Amino acid sequence: MAATEVSAPQAGTRSSTPRPGARRTRTPRTFEQANRRLKWAMLAPALLFVGLMIVFPLAFTLDLSLTDAFGAVNADKRHIGLRNFTDALGDTRRFWPAARRTLVFTVGAVILETVLGLALAMLMRKPFRGMRLVRTVLIIPLLATPVAIGILWLLILDPTNGIANHLLEGLGLPRQEFLGSVSQSLPMLMLIDVWQWTPMMTLLLLAGLSTLPEEPEEAALVDGANAWQRFRYVVLPMLGPTLATALVLRAVDALKTFDILYATKGAGGGSDFEVETLNVYAYGLTFDYQEYGLAAAVLVLFTLFIIGVVVVLRRRGGGKNA
Amino acid sequence: MSTTATPAPRPPVARQPRGRTTQPRGRRKWTWLRGIAITLVTLVFALPLVWMFAAAFKTNVQVTDPGVGLWFKPTLDNFRSIVEAGQIVRSMGNSLLVGVVSTVLSAVIAVPAAWAVGRFAMHRTGSLILVARIVPAISLLVPWYYLFAQMGLVGSYTVLVLSHMFVSVPLIMWIMISFFAGLPVELEEAARTDGLSAFGAFWRVSLPLAAPGTATASLLAFVFSWNNFMFALVFADDRTQTVPVTLFNFISYASTDWGGLMAAATLITVPVVIAAVVGQKYLVAGLTSGATKG
Repeated sequence: MAATEVSAPQAGTRSSTPRPGARRTRTPRTFEQANRRLKWAMLAPALLFVGLMIVFPLAFTLDLSLTDAFGAVNADKRHIGLRNFTDALGDTRRFWPAARRTLVFTVGAVILETVLGLALAMLMRKPFRGMRLVRTVLIIPLLATPVAIGILWLLILDPTNGIANHLLEGLGLPRQEFLGSVSQSLPMLMLIDVWQWTPMMTLLLLAGLSTLPEEPEEAALVDGANAWQRFRYVVLPMLGPTLATALVLRAVDALKTFDILYATKGAGGGSDFEVETLNVYAYGLTFDYQEYGLAAAVLVLFTLFIIGVVVVLRRRGGGKNA
Repeated sequence: MSTTATPAPRPPVARQPRGRTTQPRGRRKWTWLRGIAITLVTLVFALPLVWMFAAAFKTNVQVTDPGVGLWFKPTLDNFRSIVEAGQIVRSMGNSLLVGVVSTVLSAVIAVPAAWAVGRFAMHRTGSLILVARIVPAISLLVPWYYLFAQMGLVGSYTVLVLSHMFVSVPLIMWIMISFFAGLPVELEEAARTDGLSAFGAFWRVSLPLAAPGTATASLLAFVFSWNNFMFALVFADDRTQTVPVTLFNFISYASTDWGGLMAAATLITVPVVIAAVVGQKYLVAGLTSGATKG
């Protein structure tokens, strides 16, 4: 194979490529060249996949958002400029409420998950009997099929036959409609999300905690700091980067939640669109109404929104993480 | 506060901390309270699933009577009836097929790429690929549907496999990059001085060492493929339907058959639970690896 010059943007010198003379290898220069060719060859299939399945479709979405595509996918479509965007942004009946719900759902669920996850991680930080069992229990909600989780909670929260109301009655509290009510649906789904994803937070933060050095805490203890002070001024700052990463990961996934919303409340997020997030809205526009152009515009806005959230969170987290 | 960088002078006769350090007084009481708190929390996360498994073995009358609780005479009727209805078995086959094929293909693509990114610190290229982790799946679903429908591919296994790879390629890369970055580079260099090619060093030295990581990443990728709902909802037809869609369809026309619903949910959750129990340690490591090492 000839030494085809693949233009490497940045020669990967940081970790591995042996510098000439640095090591007594036979022919370091060929090593480096061979490495340079090889690393791009190894990346090529992944890059090709990303290009064909992600970059190209995204570009296509962008183009589609400027057209009046509607109905059959092979129907004619015309470019109509930014009209889909002005339509979406002017829609106070479906689009803006959906955007608001997306934000409420994400912010509420992620804050709860972070606080609970952190508390649980601190609780489980030091080894205890049955650690393995508890970790197994924690991992199951994250791996269980979301649709199954959705119907499981439909049963538990069933207004007439569910165990949840049975328990409330046992405690002398009034029965609730839960997912049957317009006002309670979104909070209930946030709680289900908290049930499902707090373990993820806990596991991420436990992993982060296990990498922290012990000395600063010992020093603080010797200085007479109490448990809360040690947590607040020693552990929390050191855990910052992990916390930021976990937060971004969870926020991104929460923004994209679809399965459980759709499985429990169906198309449109219920009769009154009560859990219709941007995700569910865009899905409905595409597959229930065949409004491909408008849906594409909503998706472009949605994607920009997510990227914005990630940029803001990463800057505030001050990390190069995630 | 009192936690500035300068450590206070240690007491001359440092008491040797036994095992773990930083234990306050009143240790007994805290250990007890901690045990109770951990037990309660574990129950909160475990009980809903236990409820689901239990309901799968109840009669419909028992399922809709919350008083029945966990003590009842189990029956297999729910499983019998959904298996006899047929679709669930076929869907499990489809999910298995799509999951295995998409995971294997993803690993073949993603592991070498992760090696390149991890080994040569190509973080910019790496994060380009990991952007796929951020892009909402639905924003690809629309163009995919549009394009695949025109190619007449909707309903085919090909489209399902390709769409599921959208999740697993970045996932496997995410896990494997930090894995390869953590392997000592000297091993490969030694292999190279011994006469192996650059690819040979990867193939014969790094790849075998990465086998456990690859297995973990692949298992996770399979689980996420098994669970994936949105892609199959759009791209599968009756013949190629996967389990989450079958379960979803079940809700709409059998919403009173709670026993059957729970049996179906149990049936598709059990493989995942087995995976979680068996591979607990590795799966946790896989799920958390990319995040803590950045």
